Amino acid sequence: MITDPAIQLIVNNLAAMRGTRIIFEGLNLDAEGGHALTVIGPNGAGKTTFLRCIAGFLPATEGTVRLEGGDEERSVGEQCHYIGHLNGIKPALTVLENLEFFANFLQGSRETTAQAAERLALAELADIQAGYLSAGQKRRLSIARLICARRPLWLLDEPAVSLDKASQTILAGMVAEHLASGGIVVAATHTQLGWSESKTIDFSDLAGREGAELQ
Amino acid sequence: MTAFLALIGRDLRLFRRQGGAISTALGFYLIIIATLPLGLGPDLNLLSRIAPGVLWVALLLSSLLSADRMFHDDYEDGSLEVIALGPLPLELVAFGKAIAHWLSVGIPLVLLAPLLALMLNMDGRAYGPLMLTLLAGTPALSFLAGIGAALTLGLRKGGLLLPLLILPLYVPILIFGVSAVDAVVTGPGNFSGAFSILCALSLASLVLAPLGTAAALRLNLP
Repeated sequence: MITDPAIQLIVNNLAAMRGTRIIFEGLNLDAEGGHALTVIGPNGAGKTTFLRCIAGFLPATEGTVRLEGGDEERSVGEQCHYIGHLNGIKPALTVLENLEFFANFLQGSRETTAQAAERLALAELADIQAGYLSAGQKRRLSIARLICARRPLWLLDEPAVSLDKASQTILAGMVAEHLASGGIVVAATHTQLGWSESKTIDFSDLAGREGAELQ
Repeated sequence: MTAFLALIGRDLRLFRRQGGAISTALGFYLIIIATLPLGLGPDLNLLSRIAPGVLWVALLLSSLLSADRMFHDDYEDGSLEVIALGPLPLELVAFGKAIAHWLSVGIPLVLLAPLLALMLNMDGRAYGPLMLTLLAGTPALSFLAGIGAALTLGLRKGGLLLPLLILPLYVPILIFGVSAVDAVVTGPGNFSGAFSILCALSLASLVLAPLGTAAALRLNLP
């Protein structure tokens, strides 16, 4: 599956609530294929809520999220990878079994599994149960999912947490390749990820619960 | 289809590797049946009369023990997020998870039942019907448990809530399962009538329970 270069993420007048609290409202943005979007803001500003809303975990209170030029028959959620605070790996399975599950379940292929293991330097750990890995290695295994199955939209929530310098460089390389092939990356972060960001949304303004903005 | 099989395969592997759920269920089943004659006294007639009912009730409770784990681990470690973004609709995910639970907990319990029946001096004629009814009824137990497991996902102390939610749904299965066996052993009534209803209940839960489970899972995703 090759990503359509003409892909475009369109968020229209999006609002989300948790309980009775409005996290953000009136959020408009669009991101074209090949562009990264960095979401910044203080803790509790709604960055994670925003990403989960795009992925479809949290139903939008108002507004829509569309992936123009994507697969019409699939929801945005089915066309994205979401790397959240939780790694989504099984501690009782080995590294290789985890990767194979990602590939089989998310409809990647056997080659991509090997590719992912190699890319994230997990090949040597293949037969170790994921529960024994260090925090950074677990994170790498989680990120390997991005390569195991190809999807046009990547939603990354603090992807670099507990990654060492070398792994951060690998991640930056993966992101650059993904963008070059026409994909879209939306990342929430506090740290400088060293990607060539073309757009930034600042959620600190939204913390005031006034209308949204971005540039 | 690949995704569906991958999910079931992964769950079976996890059940086997972690082992806790299966051995807890089997151990609990064994303990109930082994202690029961001690409490009731050595009245063989009484034991053999109540054997089918006791075996059914104890199996229900044993399978409930592992029910809360059906989605809990996936929820805690974030796998549920990965699964929710997969190509499978959540209804099919719920279906697959329940199948995996049945294969790894339900089937071993059914296989243990005839051994335990020996300890209760169950009537020889009852073995066949008991196995048949257990085989037909246990899928429903796993599928219905899925609803409760998904509903109680976010609750920290959901331990007691799950049986309270699920046991009322188990009651018809228990009633028709036991009455089918009793029809053969003590009569009156006929086996096929009760057994058909049991099968119908089981098939209905196969279709309907995943809808409820998926709806409950969606509530727990945000």
